Amino acid sequence: MADKTDLVLDVKNLKTVFFTNSGLFRAVDDLSFSVRRGETLAIVGESGCGKSVTALSLMRLVPDPPGRIVGGSVALEGTDLLALDEAQMRAVRGNRISMIFQEPMTSLNPVMRIGDQIVEAVRLHRHISAKEAQGIAVEMLRLVRIPEPARRAREYPHQLSGGMRQRAMIAMALACRPALLIADEPTTALDVTIQAQILALILDLQKELGTGLVLITHDLGVVAQTAQRVIVMYAGRKVEEASVEALFAAPKHPYTRGLMASIPAVPASGAAAQARLNEIPGTVPSLVRLPQGCAFAPRCKLAIKRCEAEYPPLADWGGGHLAACWRAEEVAEVA
Amino acid sequence: MFAYLVRRLFLMFVTLFGISIVIFFLLRIVPGNIVDILFAAAGYVDPADKANLEKELGIDRPLIVQYWHWISGFMRGDFGFSYVSEKPALQEILPRIPITAKLAGLALLFSASIGIPLGVISAVKQGTKLDYALRVVSLSGLSLPSFWLGLLILTASVAMFGQMPIFNPNPKTWLEAFATYAVPAAAVGFRSAALTMRITRSSMLEVLRQDYIRTARAKGASEAAVNYHHALKNAILPVITVIGIEAAFLIGGLIVTETVFNIPGVARFLVEAIRWRDYPIVQNLVMFIAVVVVFANFTVDMLYAVFDPRIRYTD
Repeated sequence: MADKTDLVLDVKNLKTVFFTNSGLFRAVDDLSFSVRRGETLAIVGESGCGKSVTALSLMRLVPDPPGRIVGGSVALEGTDLLALDEAQMRAVRGNRISMIFQEPMTSLNPVMRIGDQIVEAVRLHRHISAKEAQGIAVEMLRLVRIPEPARRAREYPHQLSGGMRQRAMIAMALACRPALLIADEPTTALDVTIQAQILALILDLQKELGTGLVLITHDLGVVAQTAQRVIVMYAGRKVEEASVEALFAAPKHPYTRGLMASIPAVPASGAAAQARLNEIPGTVPSLVRLPQGCAFAPRCKLAIKRCEAEYPPLADWGGGHLAACWRAEEVAEVA
Repeated sequence: MFAYLVRRLFLMFVTLFGISIVIFFLLRIVPGNIVDILFAAAGYVDPADKANLEKELGIDRPLIVQYWHWISGFMRGDFGFSYVSEKPALQEILPRIPITAKLAGLALLFSASIGIPLGVISAVKQGTKLDYALRVVSLSGLSLPSFWLGLLILTASVAMFGQMPIFNPNPKTWLEAFATYAVPAAAVGFRSAALTMRITRSSMLEVLRQDYIRTARAKGASEAAVNYHHALKNAILPVITVIGIEAAFLIGGLIVTETVFNIPGVARFLVEAIRWRDYPIVQNLVMFIAVVVVFANFTVDMLYAVFDPRIRYTD
């Protein structure tokens, strides 16, 4: 394990719940992870597994009501964000920790110029003149490889394409050189050809600026290309954590294995296409009424009595490869 | 843009032309004319005298000739003479315009400066006691007719202070002028303020759910900056529309308010002129009002483009 001072983000036992009419909803349950300087950590899982709520919890932007962070700590560069008051937190947001959202089409303010939106992000945290900030804004747009940045800075979001808007979002998020960048499905809403460009851009800038990156995605292909470490989430909990190599080589959790099996294989030329795509049967259980034992047990081929009775602890399977499964040893053999 | 403006001005002209026809013929449909009324009041009818007077006023001629006489005069800036006072119509109308304009302007100012901030607060504090209180007040604003509210204010001031505000035609200080207009403007503006508040609230609630509001928070913007800078700018368009429509509606509210508060403005003057079938006054005054309303609509449309860069008027 790396030296503690190298940690940009250290999340311990994070718990975020939602109070709804149908009951208490544990969106993030006892989640711990850390990110080192310049490292990319991917959080993977199906829709509704709590990955976006995790991101919002780190930013302390969980809509309250109905949501609330009820436990744990989020240490950013050694400061526990959950202990800050709202004004102190505002000074951190967009400055030391920032976020890129899934929907570039709607994430920029339609009535403000692109440049002004970046200028605002800069001037909220740096005491500099509007003119200097404008210079930084154009520089950031150049950095995210937007052609003619000075002209684009004067344009409004509707005059830019989706890919361009996501670049502008990245420019805005990185304008204050944050220690940690959270990217919540940054390429999901984009065309496939643009996706690769945007990912490459995020990684390049991350390397250049030494930013820690939390990449939230449901796309294991993206994970393999970008991340050093991966967390797999299921029903609000971390079910597996490993280095990318270890995870793809030998997943320890049946859910992870199911995710990997669901990636459609491209048939070799000449071969007939696969008859049916692989899937994980069933759906994610309601977070209001989680089973007592392992939340994945009802969908798991390997489930035994014990799985339904007791929640499996996260066990270390060597080299920091953690998995929460009673039958982790059998997973590899079955496949 | 230029072609748009030309087309727009042409349409405004057509609209005003239509209004002139409607008001002219509506007035002629109303039974009786000034001569009937005068002679009925005198209780003496000599058909020859009556015919002479009608001839003198020109109301014996065919309607189409009368219309042409009026509208060609209107275009040339010749507004004719009031039947009642026999003074030039312009001389009767002009001095009353600033009074009504001040009243209407102040009412709109109240409506925007009270309605918009309260609407924002109500939206931001959605579901709280404050929100409910503001919504009840605004609902009462929509339900109270302005003349009744005006009467209530007058009655209350008599009951509490033993006197009531009287219109002061020559206020000496700025403050006196404000006091003269503020009470009637508030009575007539309450409704607009309530409507503005409700529209602002619902428009804000819509905008506050948008992704870019979350982006603004993620930048570290304060709640005030998020609400007023990011959200209100996006929520303002429907509010402008409503204020524009209210500006036109205000004339109707002012007629009764000017009567209740005994203010010598154009709105009350219009009603009196209608009672006397004082055609030159009514026709020209309605045309003035129509011009104001048409230009108010035009201004609102132009303001759209100012507030929303996605709206551009092209050919």
